[in-house]
Amino acid sequence: MSVLVFVEGLNGEIKKSSLEAATYGYQVAQQLGTTATAVAIGDVNEEALAKLGGQGISKVLYDSDSRLNQFVADAYVKVISKAVEQESAKVLVFSNSNIGAAIGAKLAVRLNGSLATNVTALPKTEGGSFTVTRGVFSGKAFAEVALTADLKIIAIKKNSIVIASGDGTAAVENFSAALTDADFAEVPKETVMQETDGVLLPEAAIVVSGGRGMKGPENWHLIEGLANALGAATACSKPVSDLDWRPHHEHVGQTGITISPNLYIAIGISGAIQHLAGVNSSKVIVVINKDPEAPFFKAADYGIVGDAFEVVPKLIEAAKALDK
Amino acid sequence: MKILVCISNVPDTTAKINFTADNKAFDKNGVQFVINPWDEYALTRAIELKEAKGGTVTVLNVGEADTEPNIRKALAIGADDAIRVNAFPKDSFFVAEQIAAVAKENNYDVILMGKESIDYNGSQVHNMVGELLGIPAVVPAFKLDLLDDNTARLEREIEGGKEIVEVKLPFIASAQQPMSEPRIPNMRGIMTARTKPLQVVEPVSATAKADYVNYSKPEKKGGVKMIDAENAGELIKLLRNEAKVL
Repeated sequence: MSVLVFVEGLNGEIKKSSLEAATYGYQVAQQLGTTATAVAIGDVNEEALAKLGGQGISKVLYDSDSRLNQFVADAYVKVISKAVEQESAKVLVFSNSNIGAAIGAKLAVRLNGSLATNVTALPKTEGGSFTVTRGVFSGKAFAEVALTADLKIIAIKKNSIVIASGDGTAAVENFSAALTDADFAEVPKETVMQETDGVLLPEAAIVVSGGRGMKGPENWHLIEGLANALGAATACSKPVSDLDWRPHHEHVGQTGITISPNLYIAIGISGAIQHLAGVNSSKVIVVINKDPEAPFFKAADYGIVGDAFEVVPKLIEAAKALDK
Repeated sequence: MKILVCISNVPDTTAKINFTADNKAFDKNGVQFVINPWDEYALTRAIELKEAKGGTVTVLNVGEADTEPNIRKALAIGADDAIRVNAFPKDSFFVAEQIAAVAKENNYDVILMGKESIDYNGSQVHNMVGELLGIPAVVPAFKLDLLDDNTARLEREIEGGKEIVEVKLPFIASAQQPMSEPRIPNMRGIMTARTKPLQVVEPVSATAKADYVNYSKPEKKGGVKMIDAENAGELIKLLRNEAKVL
């Protein structure tokens, strides 16, 4: 019996969200008096895998089949199922990414497990029960959910776990699920990655977001300028993506993506309840709006009443002056 | 072309969320329920496909009788008929089993639903149904076209980009914007919806595997600290030294 963590790689490195999952997996293992093993696939180098020891992982099962560099649900599910079986895992942890949520649901059916997605805190494990806390009602509430099947499958909400960093080394073992061509029947025709300066919105620790108060897409250099100075990702409100000022994948809110960065800076966004639903689990919220009555100020930690076109350049200047 | 669209009945996006005094259940008092906004993208795309290629759109909801106004609304928007599985949706697995049971009986070509519900935010049911039926699940898709009678081409979001996939029918996909532009029912739609078939079926036996035991709300913020616009640079210092997020 052990805790198994699924780790996603990107360009040779381990995704930040998977380091969070590894940290969580180790902490659950400690609670249960067992060890945490990771299963990794695809495009990630062995050195990065060994460093998972820093998050408390004892052993990494690595399937280096290059066909796994692309996400193919059936193949991923087969690899992880085999690892669950081999390790007699009773708890399976991953990040609540598009990939994590997809394979979690399939594994829950195939292995008859209980699944909780969007999990925000460590489980309660007293008295043989296993109860996790997950975000519900689009960030407006939390629910405690008892997972009743033998196998508990947990997908961790991004940015809800502080990554542990020790200097341990994990043992990396080759692992193969002996996949056949049939397992790759659903391979995508084409994968198109966004042009980006590197910070992906769902994983970003800092997000700078613009609303209709920015008056037009030609003014987005201010949002991008502040984001660059802070090493942040950019986002926008729903009206902005509806007006095609910015692409839909940047829309945060109830019907866009939900994020929980350490710092969310909202510029020219009034703070409709649907927008708050997408960002209200951010640790610190800054609101900049020229309307002192903007409802967003009620949900903010810091606020500036002022014209974005005057305030933001001052912020960029101050951010550039910070020593890194 | 037979299309099934699964809808959930959720609190309106502007609803204040409250729980019963013992925090064991959602308090429906005074709450307006709507079709899950994500499901509306699925519903409208299904109607568009029907308009272009012919066929039928069936709406499915797993819920108790109080969901029927929103099922009728989906019929008013343009679905042809509806099925309500008469059960409280206990958890994702229970709901997925109900949908799979209906799908097995009716051989749909395409099954659509929203990428998640705005109440439980599980994002699980589509993939579970795909697994239960042994058909591909394309999640979360934001573009869906039928290339011919047997093949669909979809674009799905992945972290940092998109994938273009082609699948054979039957398949299941979850919808998000900009897959379609949701429609408001017109008067004719509302009138005809009253007489469209709404079949109520009893649930198949399925055991929920997650038990919701308690609810809570996030802690209230301690209040906002205002910074003078003239002195905006001060904010950056506070974020570093006080909030410690830079």
